[in-house]
Amino acid sequence: MNKPVAPEEFDYGPLYAAQKKVYPQKVSGTFRRIKWGLMAVCLGIYYLLPFVRWNRGLGAPDQAVLVDLPNSRFYFFIIELWPQEVYFFTGLLILAALTLFLMNAVGGRVWCGYLCPQTVWTDLFFAVERLIEGDRRERMKKEAEGLTLQRIVELTMKHSIWLLIAWWTGGAWVLYFNDAPTLVTQLVTFQAPALAYIWIAILTATTYTLAGWMREQVCLYMCPWPRIQAALTDEWALNVTYRADRGEQRTSLKKANELRALGQPAGDCIDCFQCVAVCPTGIDIRNGPQLDCIQCGLCIDACDTVMSKIDRPTRLIGYDTDINIARRKAGKAEITRIIRPRTIVYAGLIAVVGLVMLYALLTRSLLDINVLHDRNPVAVRLSDGSIRNAYTVRLLNKRGTGRVVMLDVSGPVNATIHVVGNDAVSTDRPEIVLGRDQTTELRVLVTAPAASNPDRSIPLVMRVSDAAHGDVASATDHFVAP
Amino acid sequence: MSDHQVEVDKPTGKTTTGHSWDGIKELNTPLPRWWVMTFYLTIIWAIGYWVVYPTWPMIWGYSKGIAGYSSRADVAVGLANLEKIRGGKMAALGAAPLADIEKDPALLALARARGRVVFGDNCAPCHGTGAAGAKGFPNLNDDDWLWGGTLEQIEKTIQFGARSGHAETHEGAMLAFGRDGMLKKPEIETVANYVRSLSGLPAAKGYDANAGHKLFADNCASCHGDAGKGNPEMGAPNLTDNIWLYGSDEATIVETISNGRNGVMPAWIGRLDPATIKALTVYVHSLGGGQ
Repeated sequence: MNKPVAPEEFDYGPLYAAQKKVYPQKVSGTFRRIKWGLMAVCLGIYYLLPFVRWNRGLGAPDQAVLVDLPNSRFYFFIIELWPQEVYFFTGLLILAALTLFLMNAVGGRVWCGYLCPQTVWTDLFFAVERLIEGDRRERMKKEAEGLTLQRIVELTMKHSIWLLIAWWTGGAWVLYFNDAPTLVTQLVTFQAPALAYIWIAILTATTYTLAGWMREQVCLYMCPWPRIQAALTDEWALNVTYRADRGEQRTSLKKANELRALGQPAGDCIDCFQCVAVCPTGIDIRNGPQLDCIQCGLCIDACDTVMSKIDRPTRLIGYDTDINIARRKAGKAEITRIIRPRTIVYAGLIAVVGLVMLYALLTRSLLDINVLHDRNPVAVRLSDGSIRNAYTVRLLNKRGTGRVVMLDVSGPVNATIHVVGNDAVSTDRPEIVLGRDQTTELRVLVTAPAASNPDRSIPLVMRVSDAAHGDVASATDHFVAP
Repeated sequence: MSDHQVEVDKPTGKTTTGHSWDGIKELNTPLPRWWVMTFYLTIIWAIGYWVVYPTWPMIWGYSKGIAGYSSRADVAVGLANLEKIRGGKMAALGAAPLADIEKDPALLALARARGRVVFGDNCAPCHGTGAAGAKGFPNLNDDDWLWGGTLEQIEKTIQFGARSGHAETHEGAMLAFGRDGMLKKPEIETVANYVRSLSGLPAAKGYDANAGHKLFADNCASCHGDAGKGNPEMGAPNLTDNIWLYGSDEATIVETISNGRNGVMPAWIGRLDPATIKALTVYVHSLGGGQ
């Protein structure tokens, strides 16, 4: 029998790490103010945007931002997109990703710290919690004491307000998919479609769970961005950094003052743990850059408050790089490089993608044609020997008004064109009335004498033109002999 | 195999089951309570399901369940709902005069959509899914019509069929001139060549055009007309055009004249409701050959 391996040589620890409860402390300062401001802007946009009106003329929805699923239209102020134009969303996503990369190259996890919905809503939920249950110490004390009547009242209040915010979040979500004022009335009078209530329920549940219960766990375990960010970042990116060159050796304020009096070096960090107390993910920034740090800057505010009190310069924690820490240690001047190949490439790509999208948007055709050749039969011989092909033609009128267009065909020699059920003709071409903002499907018959078209298959171009607006669109297909 | 000695595993702090195979022991890791409870719940749920829904097969039937549910009944309800949804639109189609349907884009779209489905269900076995026809079964896309290609004529053909046995059906027969001894083999060959010449097809060597003309005038012109232009009243095809139901080669024409042709189309009145027949009429007419 082999000698058994000693169990001590293995890590038998569980793979599961229990959630460590975080009690972020109240903090005030520059970054807190920035965060309040951005929260107000983000939530304001999210909750109020559906109510913004935008006149598009008679018959069209007057909501500025609307995803009209039943009619397959997306409205965004002056822009109206059809389902076949989803590539604009692809462009938007590419643009969003590049902007994220650029933000990361310049200022680290700006997105995580200030703009991510998870951060914004969790921040709001923290504020509610603090308002009702008190600050860090009180919360910790109350939780340790167990249930009292007051605590039950407070917990009920907190969760009710959380649920209310969550419900409002879901409520705002559905407003983007329907006329907002109408839907609000329907929701209040319980006349709204079941789907609206289901979506509100789903988003209420996710908001309440993610922002109320899971909090930093989302950033730590669910979100892919911290991992991607770590792979994308470089040594020049400004990150929320503990300036170890200034802070170490940590010691008590008293001892530091004594050392300084003797003319000896002493670190500015007095180990007050305020940076840890305010941290929404419960980490110690002094351990250096880490995945759990969302770089919200609140520890900067906390540390600055302490530094001002003890008459030391602020920004012991601040936006900085490891390069500068090393340079200061070596007695060299600090350098900051915002403009460097990486940021130039990201900014350039953003400009290119943005311009391409803008060009595509400005030159997008408001008239389009799709042609589908009949497959069975592909061709029909008529009694006089001529050949007829039939096509299903779809005309797309993306204009907000109705219009009259003309259809003509080129390719087969001496071909005539006829639209089933449509006898209106202008200068020998079928004249078709298109409704506003809709697709018109036609059955189009093209007939050509066999004698003048000896080939089995001839390329065919079908063209639709609107002389009044100067719009032209065409599609190619084939004219086939039996 | 087992010495049934329960012991505490040092690294994990858990007990073993007491089983041992060749010195390999097993940790006692019971299923989590929530898992077990969920399992029991599914059993209780299943019992509830037996009571409420049809579940158990019996010798002559099955347990019906107290809810009286049946998926067949669901289908019936679904079909009834479909009829209700269609009702208004199909009623509008039924009420509209045949000639006006193609002029109204909404009615035309409805008639074509409904017509295509009904055609696929009922007509496609003979005429093909695209209505391109086959030998003996007319192509409905072209402009050659045995019984007429106007909307009214197409509707009548669909309603009563051809040689269908219905009292109002199209009647008319292509006689078996050879089999019934009305014409002899050489005469049939001559008249076959004459028929080919009507649409400009080349004649066989030594063919006597005058004899062909005389034979045609004596035997065929009563139905197909003096010039061979046909007669939709009797379903006699136009022999001067480029479209041949059975084929234009001499052998096929000889076969046609010898044994006759009497294709049958069933009557659809009574099987399809009037509005559906209307939709089908417009669909066939809009394929392109309608007159």
